[in-house]
This record gives sequence, C-alpha cells and structure tokens, in this order.
Amino acid sequence: MHLTKKEKDMLQGIEGKGVKRAMEILSALGEIYNAEKLIPVNNVQVSGVSFKNLGDAGLEFLEDWAGQGVKARVKAFLNPAGMDLRNWRKLGFPKDFAVKQLKLIDVFKSMGLELTCTCTPYLVGNEPDLGDHIAWSESSAVSYANSVLGARTNRESGISALSSALTGLTPNYGLHLDVNRRADYVVDVRCPLKKASDYSALGYIVGRRVGGAIPYFRGLINPSKDQLKSLGAAMAASGSVAMYHVEGVTPEADPNSIKKDAPVLEIRDLNEGYAGLNSETRVIDLVSIGCPHASMDELEEIASLLEGKRVKTALWITTSRYVKQKAKDIGLLDRIQASGAVLVSDTCMVVAPVEDLGFKSMATNSGKIAFYAPSHCGLKVRFGSLRQCINSALTGRWEP
Amino acid sequence: MSEYEGRVIRAGFAKGTALKSDEPISFFGCVNPQTGVVTEAGHQLEGESVKDKILVFPEGKGSTVGSYTLYRMKKNNTAPRALINRLCEPIVAVGAIISEIPCVDGIDISKINSGDKIIIRDGVVFVNKNE
Repeated sequence: MHLTKKEKDMLQGIEGKGVKRAMEILSALGEIYNAEKLIPVNNVQVSGVSFKNLGDAGLEFLEDWAGQGVKARVKAFLNPAGMDLRNWRKLGFPKDFAVKQLKLIDVFKSMGLELTCTCTPYLVGNEPDLGDHIAWSESSAVSYANSVLGARTNRESGISALSSALTGLTPNYGLHLDVNRRADYVVDVRCPLKKASDYSALGYIVGRRVGGAIPYFRGLINPSKDQLKSLGAAMAASGSVAMYHVEGVTPEADPNSIKKDAPVLEIRDLNEGYAGLNSETRVIDLVSIGCPHASMDELEEIASLLEGKRVKTALWITTSRYVKQKAKDIGLLDRIQASGAVLVSDTCMVVAPVEDLGFKSMATNSGKIAFYAPSHCGLKVRFGSLRQCINSALTGRWEP
Repeated sequence: MSEYEGRVIRAGFAKGTALKSDEPISFFGCVNPQTGVVTEAGHQLEGESVKDKILVFPEGKGSTVGSYTLYRMKKNNTAPRALINRLCEPIVAVGAIISEIPCVDGIDISKINSGDKIIIRDGVVFVNKNE
C-alpha cells in the first residue's frame, strides 16, 4: 500500500504513540484487503461501546489508548451503550455494570467522540451525502449509509472505526470502490409488503440467502425510510449485507450495474421470515420497539396505538437521546409514557445485559432483535407487527 | 531446518514451540483469557493452553471483540508468543497489533505440526521439525 510522507511519519510515531497505533491498524487492514492507499473520511461511527461486549479487556485497552493523548480528528459518533446513561438505576441495571459502562463512556469522551449513543446517526443530524467516504461500524447503520444515502463505508469493527476517527483516514478497498457496489443478486418481491415487520421478515430471508453479497430488489413499492431501516438491519443480522439496492428508490440502483451472472431470488411470501424469527411462547413480559432506534414517525404511530390505554408488561421503546428530547419538546413523550411505557435512550436490546434484568420472553417488531435476543440474551421471542406487539404489552399475551 | 517467507502483519521476533489447529480460532468466548486454555466445546484444541506457544491456525473467526481478548491475554501473560496464519483476517490482525504479538500470514501451515520448534523474525518463519 502506498503511504504519503505524512502518513509514513504518523506510522513511525512522529505524532505520538496513540496515532502510531491507529496507523498500524489501518495499514495492516489495507495490506490484508489489498488497498492501494488510504483515503480521507469525514464522518465516523464507532461501535463496541457496550461494556457487555467489551468487558474488562476492552475497557483496559481503550483506557490505555486514551492515555496516549489521542483525539478524534473528524466528526465521530458513538453506537449505543449497554444501558440508559441517565435512567439506568430506575430501569434496574446492575450497579457494577453501570460503573464500568460509565467509565467506558468517559474514555470515549476524553478522545473527543460525540456521545450520541445511537445506531441511527442519520436521525440525529449526521446524514452523510451521496458519495461521501465514511467509516461506520454498526451493521444496520452501515447498510443504511451505503444503500439509502449512497455514502461509502465498509463494515468497520469498533477498533478500525476508532482508528479512522483518530487519523481521519481509512484504507481504500471494498465498498469505497465503484466496482464493488454492483449488485450480486436480483430479488423479485412478488407479495405485498405493508408494515415495518414485513420488511424485517423479508430482510431475514434475503440475508440468509445472500450472506455478504449485494442484493438488488425489484417490486418494492414506495418503502418509507423507516421500512428500509428495518429491511437493512435484518439483512445485516441474518447475513452480513452491507449494501443493497431498491429499484426506483435508492440512489445507486441502476439495472445496468447488476452483475451479468446475478442469480434471481423470487419471494412469494414472508412465511419463512415470520417462522424463523418466532419462538414458542404465549406469555410476554417485555415488549421491545425501536431497533434500529425509533424515529419521530415511529413514536407518533406508537403514541396513537397507546392512546388512553395502560400497559401490563414492560414496554421499552429504544431511541436516541436526541429523538427523545425532540419527542419531549412536542408532548409526544408524555403521551407515550402516560400508558406506562418507557422511552429508553443510549442503548438497545442487542447490547444491553437484558438477561440480568429478569425478563424471560420478549415481543418485538424488529427482525434484528428477534434474530439476536435468543442467543445473546437467552430470551424467548415473539416477532410480529407493531400493532401485535403493542397489544401484547396491553394483555401480557401474544395473540397470533 | 526449513524456512518459509510470509507477510508481516505485526513485526517482531519470537521463539517457541508450535501449537497447531487445523480449525479457525475465535479468541472471544472460546479461549479463557485468565488461563489461555481453549474452552470451545468440540474444538480440536479444546483443553490445550495457547500460553507462550507459537500458535499456528488457518484464520480467526467470530466476534471482533476477540481482538480485545488477545490484548487481555497479553496483559495476563496467557497470550501466545506469536501467531502464524494461512490468511490473517482483521480480528486477529488488529488483536496482534494492539497486543504487540508478532504475526505472520501467507504461510503453508500444513508444513508445521504441534511440537515443532519455531523461530519467527518479522516475515520469515524457521521450522525445526520435532522428529
């Protein structure tokens, strides 16, 4: 890989030990992936923020790195942490976990990262433009950025994204290059899709079939941004899809750029998706909405379903602190919380220690949560529409 | 003694005894960082300690948190002395760099067996067969 004079100096340690370490990581990745050079990025999103996933090893390492005096050189945002950073006590998060989590957040803060703690940076005023080179790491955000926004990022790890934040650079390979953004599969959707959960179910099916390839969807009619968010999140969980195209919708969808030998998948119904994401349980004690983090439109829909009612189970709606504040400002937060539901911010059910909070079975409309919760948190999961989920929060039971 | 040349992932010098796995290794969740013992049920190296070995395996697998696990093992003195891969992937590469463990890839690992004496100097691997 070719390095400029300045980059070589950084690698030699002229700008300090911490920058040297970041450059060592980026140049090794560049070598592994045969990148010809490093390119500047203007926007970074760092995952690996939850103490649940990092553990003491991650905390020790990040403390050590921060201690070398490194600072973010470009806009850099954090992925969700393992708990609500303000309301953790009330929500029942264990104190020893909270202490470690807050320590981790302080370390990131000292490196100059913005404590957005969201998987939807594009909903909190951080929307990159078409063609921008960025380094994001949260899998659903990576998918949204590449596909819906047309920005360019590989699926970074927490460490590689942090290295990009501390240098403003990333190796030029993979999805940064035009040639790798072409579709590998055509997916013909031959059944009507209505709800966000339908898009999750579709994403689950397609992710399993295509693995890490790029699918090109035909037959999706006017999907909303929230529906695309659900589709991408599910595909990035059941597969490792970092980019997809939707004909007539996403900015780089071009029938001429589909690879010649691209296989065609036909989707006639969503049964496989709904079946694969459901476990056998009738009793529900936690309902989780907001994966990826809920938008204002989604909160509005939830509020209208809850109007004048009281929940029986815990109903947690995860969103960013930014969106929660916006909801508070217009009275939406009060409308939702009057039902007994809680808006939880800074975290999500995939990275929180849900198994330590006493819950046994969960209902959700998110394909991503439904995919991860059984193995990650040992919960039984029911997956269905938002209306079904809200109903189960009101009755404590899952009605098919 | 045979000599093989590979690609440097993390430069350095190391000397020790090979521990070889034909299966990929995940450090996160599958190796105990307190002891260095492989805990993954059914893994070829289950029950073996990687501490102070020259660990030879085709590639890494699993969660990217595995990079931090390797770092923790280094701090606990339970890490391997060096890593030799057929094709190094980012989890192991990043782990080796942040833990300052010499790491080489592009090596035909079928030429190395557990028990062989190994010396690594940057990208060059010297193998003394344990006959």
